[in-house]
Amino acid sequence: MNTMNSAIDQDVPVKDEPETRGGATFNDAELEGRTVGKPFADDPKFTLRDVEVFYGDARAIKGISLDIAKNEVIAFIGPSGCGKSTFLRCLNRMNDSIDICRVKGQLQLDGEDIYDAKRDVVELRARVGMVFQKPNPFPKSIYDNVAYGPRIHGLANRKSDLDDIVERSLRGAGLWNEVKDRLDSPGTGLSGGQQQRLCIARAIAVSPEVVLMDEPCSALDPIATARIEELIAELSQSYTIIIVTHSMQQAARVSDRTAYFHLGHLVEVNETNKVFTAPQHELTESYITGRFG
Amino acid sequence: MKNDEDVYGDHISHQFNEDLAGLKEDFLRMGGMVEQQVVDAIDALIEGDGHRADEIRARDKQVDQLELEIDEEATRIIARRQPAARDLRLVLSVIKMVADLERIGDEAKKIAKFALSLSEEGKAPRGYVETRHIGNHVSQMLRDSLDAFARLDSELALRIMKEDKRVDEEYQAATRTLVTFMMEDPRNITRCMSVMWVLRALERVGDHSCNIAEHVIFMAKGEDVRHTPMEEAEKVVSN
Repeated sequence: MNTMNSAIDQDVPVKDEPETRGGATFNDAELEGRTVGKPFADDPKFTLRDVEVFYGDARAIKGISLDIAKNEVIAFIGPSGCGKSTFLRCLNRMNDSIDICRVKGQLQLDGEDIYDAKRDVVELRARVGMVFQKPNPFPKSIYDNVAYGPRIHGLANRKSDLDDIVERSLRGAGLWNEVKDRLDSPGTGLSGGQQQRLCIARAIAVSPEVVLMDEPCSALDPIATARIEELIAELSQSYTIIIVTHSMQQAARVSDRTAYFHLGHLVEVNETNKVFTAPQHELTESYITGRFG
Repeated sequence: MKNDEDVYGDHISHQFNEDLAGLKEDFLRMGGMVEQQVVDAIDALIEGDGHRADEIRARDKQVDQLELEIDEEATRIIARRQPAARDLRLVLSVIKMVADLERIGDEAKKIAKFALSLSEEGKAPRGYVETRHIGNHVSQMLRDSLDAFARLDSELALRIMKEDKRVDEEYQAATRTLVTFMMEDPRNITRCMSVMWVLRALERVGDHSCNIAEHVIFMAKGEDVRHTPMEEAEKVVSN
């Protein structure tokens, strides 16, 4: 595993024994391919079937099938090591940089194979942007942080076009008014919440269709978290958003659907209201009510 | 899903277990108190025991106080624990059911008031057979609804919902009987009207017990069966 990934790779599954806390015990056979709720959608952005991820010999994701609809906000929740981040990172091939990682199954974005050998990964990641747990602005100015993607993707021919993209992205991330007078200041000089919104601006600057968020608020205070959550609601008008979160309240607040992962299985997917008031699976119930996790 | 009272235990946080257990316990304590109030009120009426009727009216203040305490407890749990799923359903249901219990307490107080005025008149009016019968019926319903809550027993809750239909029929029949008494001799009208109010109060006790039963089904099954046909409720319970 290289150093770049070690910072974001806190969710590699290590456990393979059945979970026994909370009264319920389920083995692989009882969970594999038995997702309850509504895993499929009529108009999917992502079509994912029988997805398996291996770290060496260890099977971290165990035959997950799921559709992610256009412009929905879906939250992935589950205890540490359940595979939610691993699964998220399959969606824009962030796992490629982990040598021992192999992905199997059908993963399609708009009906096209994500793992096709001819697929341009840089183009894929422009379409499927990502925001990480810890804000990671480049050691550059605020302007250059946002302009970096559009420049390398050749999205702006003139300086004025680039200025427009930077302003639009910073406005989209709800940061423009706070930084418009200091665009040349270093991005690293912003507060944690502002840095995270800068990273969101950077992600949306290349006009992605999907934004993946891997615990985007876990390093932020409640006010900064509320701002990001507000932003997620606004962004969902234009983008499909997939968020991994350890905060069940956050999943309940921001998402349309919630997916519960457990030991590499997708146990339950359903409308968020349903999951938090009357989950169908006993494991989901035990997790969200604080009986294990 | 487990179908016993342990379903609210085994959180990682023991304090959370205790909070929920405390809420349940206090609800059942209030339920027991209200149940006794109803039974006493019927006895006071039929036995013409004015003293007991006075006691019932005094005890209603304790019922009201318990309602406030339970509401506060539930509010605290929501604020501090953000309960989800079955825990959330328990807390929400208790908040609503406690209002039903309080109203049952009020109905008992109302019956006690009539018991007092009728006992002062001395003469035993007609219609007490019906009152005793419906009184026993709704007391049993209330007892069962509290049992269903304690055991999270949705099948018993469904039976209570069905019983409520029978109470309504009995109430209609008793009302017709009392109307006949009034037509026979207009001097009975005032006293028969008092008995009618008592019957009305008992019928309301049945309604509130039925509300509690509906909440028990919500707690157990996660489906709201209020204002739905009986067949729908049956489907929910059998799932």
